[in-house]
Amino acid sequence: MANDTMTSVATLMRDSQKEILADWVDQQLKDPARTQAVPESSLRASSNEFLSIFQEAIQKGNLDNMAAPEWEGARKMLSELSASRALQGSTPSETASFIFSLKEPLFALINKQLGAGNIASSEAIVRYSKVLDQLGLYTFESFQKSREAVIRRQQKDMLEMSTPVIKLWEGVVAVPLIGTLDSARTQIVMENLLQAIVDTNSKVAILDITGVPTVDTQTAQHLIKTVSATRLMGADCIVSGIRPQIAQTIVHLGIDIQDITTKALMSDAIREAMERTGWSVIRNTSQES
Amino acid sequence: MVVKSQESRAIKNEDDIAVVRSSVKRVVALLNFSLVNQTKIITAASELARNVLEHGGGGEARIELVDEGDRVGVRLSFEDLGKGIPDFDKAMEDGYTTGKGMGLGLGGAKRLMDEFSITSNSPSGTKVSITKWQERI
Repeated sequence: MANDTMTSVATLMRDSQKEILADWVDQQLKDPARTQAVPESSLRASSNEFLSIFQEAIQKGNLDNMAAPEWEGARKMLSELSASRALQGSTPSETASFIFSLKEPLFALINKQLGAGNIASSEAIVRYSKVLDQLGLYTFESFQKSREAVIRRQQKDMLEMSTPVIKLWEGVVAVPLIGTLDSARTQIVMENLLQAIVDTNSKVAILDITGVPTVDTQTAQHLIKTVSATRLMGADCIVSGIRPQIAQTIVHLGIDIQDITTKALMSDAIREAMERTGWSVIRNTSQES
Repeated sequence: MVVKSQESRAIKNEDDIAVVRSSVKRVVALLNFSLVNQTKIITAASELARNVLEHGGGGEARIELVDEGDRVGVRLSFEDLGKGIPDFDKAMEDGYTTGKGMGLGLGGAKRLMDEFSITSNSPSGTKVSITKWQERI
């Protein structure tokens, strides 16, 4: 098909942008997938912006390759739009319909320009349909990527949130471990713990594994490494929170942890740590219950 | 022995090991295993799933609920398409490893469970099956 037909569609779009916009926004508002996440005013604004960018891009005549530089503006706008919509809580279908709903008004316009039902208009419709499909998929993918980015950030936040180092007493720090002790988390625990030992000038560190559901050989290995690193810093390490089922499992696995001081309860570990640092806890007998 | 239900879990990355553990946990809780035995089974599953990932380059875990009339149990099979194991005796030895771990996974899993079997079509693929039984109450 002649490219002048294509550019004439572009020209026509420019001339009747207002009508298309009205039609398109109408389509989007009618969409049953629409949630209230995006207000009508911003919907109208982004639709208008996209129409201008789209019109400019098709004017340049490249309708086959959406990765081409001509479409950079459109891609940039769509990925920003998807990112903001992913954060606002729009659904994926709603976000993708932003592009797909442009089909109807655009095809109506093409039919009006080239006459409905003839070869030229059907060809134009097929061609523009492909363009909008590609852009729609691009929008969908961008939406997905933004969601994934959110998940990755949350995972990272969770890793850091769940490994606080607490100063229990002068010279005593503790790390309550919760969840799975994988390599990434062990690395963070170790870094935080060793730094805390330096910062607080601690002599004893307590690693509490009450919140670790499974201790397999890898978890044990990570614990042993953390204990060794603590010792290299000149501090003692006590592992507490060993539940009966964990103790039996460790024995059956055949893991040798004889060098490591372990305690069933965190309170036992605290008592031990206080003793080692020269403190003693004395209960005031007059308040004994 | 009757297999009453079964499910499969792919093992492709570290997160899948956690998925295997939680699937096993759900099944063993159903069978009323004691807390100690539940922990043993989950830990054995964790060891073998990690073997699949680290030595076999990924594979599959199958979790089956089995019934022998007077006792019920859970059978876990781990299969990979890795290099296989040339020497079983060596592999079962505590402390022997070709990786970075402690070399206790296979032997440990065997001690944690009631039944243990390993087949390897060296040079490709290994399958480990473990079972733990529970007397029917």
